[in-house]
Amino acid sequence: MSEPVLQIRNLSVDYPTRAGVVRAVDDVSLTVYRGEVLGLVGESGCGKSTLGMAILRLLRPPGKIVAGEIVFNGRNLLELDDETMRHLRGAHISMIFQDPMTCLNPLQRISDHVIETIRTHRPEMGKQEARKRATELIDRLGIMAERLDDYPHQLSGGMRQRVMIGLALALNADLIIADEPTTSLDVIVEAQFLDLLRDLQRQFNLTIILITHNIGVVAELSDRVAVMYAGKLVELADVHSLFDDPLHPYTRGLLNSVPNISLTEDHLQIMDGSPPDLISPPPGCRFHPRCPYAKQECSRREPAMKNVGKDRLVACWLY
Amino acid sequence: MQQAATLSEPTNLLARFLRGRKWYGAEWYMTMTGGLIVAFIVVLTLLTFFTPRLAPYDPESRVGDPFTPPCTTHIFGTDQLGRDIFSRIIYGAQIVLQVALLSAVFSFIVGVPLGLISGFLGGRLDRVLSLVMDSIYSFPGLILAIALAALLGAGVLNMSVAIAVVYVPIFFRLVRGQVLSIKEELYVEAARSLGARGRTILWRYIFPNVIPSIVVVFSLNIADAIITEAGLAFIGLGVDPSKPDWGYDIYRGRSELVGGRWWPVTFPGLAIALVALGFSLFGEGLSEILNPRLTEA
Repeated sequence: MSEPVLQIRNLSVDYPTRAGVVRAVDDVSLTVYRGEVLGLVGESGCGKSTLGMAILRLLRPPGKIVAGEIVFNGRNLLELDDETMRHLRGAHISMIFQDPMTCLNPLQRISDHVIETIRTHRPEMGKQEARKRATELIDRLGIMAERLDDYPHQLSGGMRQRVMIGLALALNADLIIADEPTTSLDVIVEAQFLDLLRDLQRQFNLTIILITHNIGVVAELSDRVAVMYAGKLVELADVHSLFDDPLHPYTRGLLNSVPNISLTEDHLQIMDGSPPDLISPPPGCRFHPRCPYAKQECSRREPAMKNVGKDRLVACWLY
Repeated sequence: MQQAATLSEPTNLLARFLRGRKWYGAEWYMTMTGGLIVAFIVVLTLLTFFTPRLAPYDPESRVGDPFTPPCTTHIFGTDQLGRDIFSRIIYGAQIVLQVALLSAVFSFIVGVPLGLISGFLGGRLDRVLSLVMDSIYSFPGLILAIALAALLGAGVLNMSVAIAVVYVPIFFRLVRGQVLSIKEELYVEAARSLGARGRTILWRYIFPNVIPSIVVVFSLNIADAIITEAGLAFIGLGVDPSKPDWGYDIYRGRSELVGGRWWPVTFPGLAIALVALGFSLFGEGLSEILNPRLTEA
C-alpha cells in the first residue's frame, strides 16, 4: 500500500448541549492512503460528517475536538495555527458539499469563484493566468468555457456540483473530502457525476474520503470502506470483502436494507430500532440493543477494533 | 432570475409597465408615485441650489402683505412677515433633503460596518455592541433626537448627527441579523473549506447579499428622518430661524390657526407629508423589486 496521506488517531469530538455532552465522534482511528477512495458510511447522525468537518477544523460551534490527533502529510493539524490551517484548506485539503444549489455564492460569477480560490492560495498568479486556469478547469469538467461568466443560478444542479469539484481540484489538493456529494442529485445526474469523479480520481490519482449513507455510491467508487455507528468506527475493510462478507452485524444490517433487484424475499429487511442517544449511549457495544447476535458480554464491555485478516478491522465480540 | 430576465429585455419591462397591472409584483402606481415625488424633490433641491431665482420670490424677504390668503400672485399665500409661502416651501426642500440624506448616510456609515463586524465576529464584541445599540434603540426616537440636538446646537450638520444617532441601531440590527443568517449559508461554509480569508468572506460573500435590504431601509429611513427633522425644527432645534424650513414654518404658523389663517400651516404640512410618503412608497417599491420572493411570476 502507498504512503498514508491522513492518519486520524483516537479522535473524539464533543458537542456540548443543554441536555448533556454529545460525543459525535468517539475514539476514531483511521488511515487514508494516497490515491485511494475511502468510503465512510453510516446512518444519519452517526458522526461521519462531523468527522469530515473535524479534519478541516471547521466544526460548527459548539463542536470541539477533545482528544486525538489528525496527522496530514506528517503534520498534526490540531497543532497548527489558524492561518496555516486556512492555507491548507482548499490548497491541500478541500471539500465537496452535499447541496450544490446553495454552495455557490449567488452573487458571484463562476469565474469569480474559481479565480478567487486560485488566487487565495497563489497570490502571485495574475488574474489573466488564473482565468486561463479556470477555463481549463471547467473545460475538463465538461462545462463549456462560455459558461464561465454565468451566475450560479444559471447552471443546473449537476453543473454546479461539477463547479464545486472544480473548486476542490483547482489547486491539486492532496485530499478531497466529499460530504454526501450526490444526495441532492437525481439518479441520472448522480451516475454522471460518479463517472466524472471516478475518471478524475484515476487521472489525477486523487485521494478522496467519500462520506455517504448511500451504499450504492460506496460500492461504485470506493477502494476501502469504513462503517461508523453512533460515533464509533465499527468496521473497516476493502470494498470487495465488505460486500462479499460483512462482518459486523451493523454492516450486515446496512447491506440487507438496500433494495436489490435479485432480492428473492418479499420484504426488504429493515433494522429494528434507531441509533442510540449519544448523550447517554448504551453500555458495552453501542449496537447491542439492536443486534440480533447480542451476547451477554456485548452489554458489558466495549469491543475494540480487532484485526481479522488482511487490512480488515472490526469491533465486535463475535470475532 | 426574474430580474436577470427583465434586465436583459427592456422592451419586456416596458410592455409590462404599459399593461399597467403589476410591476415587479408591486402596485406599480404607488411605487411610481413615490418614485416621482422623490425624483421631483431631488431635482427641485438641486435646481434651487444652483439657480437661486427658480422660486417666484425671495423666500427670506417681505414680498407682500402679511397673511395674504392664497391668490394668483401668492398661490400658497404669505406668512406673518409677508413672505411668500410657496417660495419658502421650494427652498425648504433643500434643508429637509440635506438633513434627511446626511443623517441617513451617517447612520449607514456607522451602522452597516458595525453590524457586519459584530454579526461576523460574534463573541464578546457582538454582545457589547448589541447591548449598546439596543439601548439606543429602546429610547423613543424623537426624544433622543431632541436631547442630542439640544446638546449639539442648531445647524444642518448637527441636526443630521442628532437624527443619525437615532437610526444607527436600525442599520446595525438589520445588517447584523442578515449577517448572522448569511453566515450559516452553505456557500460561506464552502468558501471557508476552500481556504477563503475572513475578510474575503465578509466582503465578497456576506456584504453583497446584505445590500438589497440595506437599500430598502435606507430609503425608508430618509422618510423617517424627514419627519424627525420637521419635529426638531418645529420645537426650534432646527436651522437658523430666518432660513425657510417646513417644520419651523409650521411652528410659526400654528398660532394663527385660531384666526382662521390656515395656509401658513397647511402647505408646509402637506409638503412634509407628501415627501415622507414619497420616500416611504419608494422604499416599499424597492423592497418589492429587490426581493424576488415578493415578485409575482
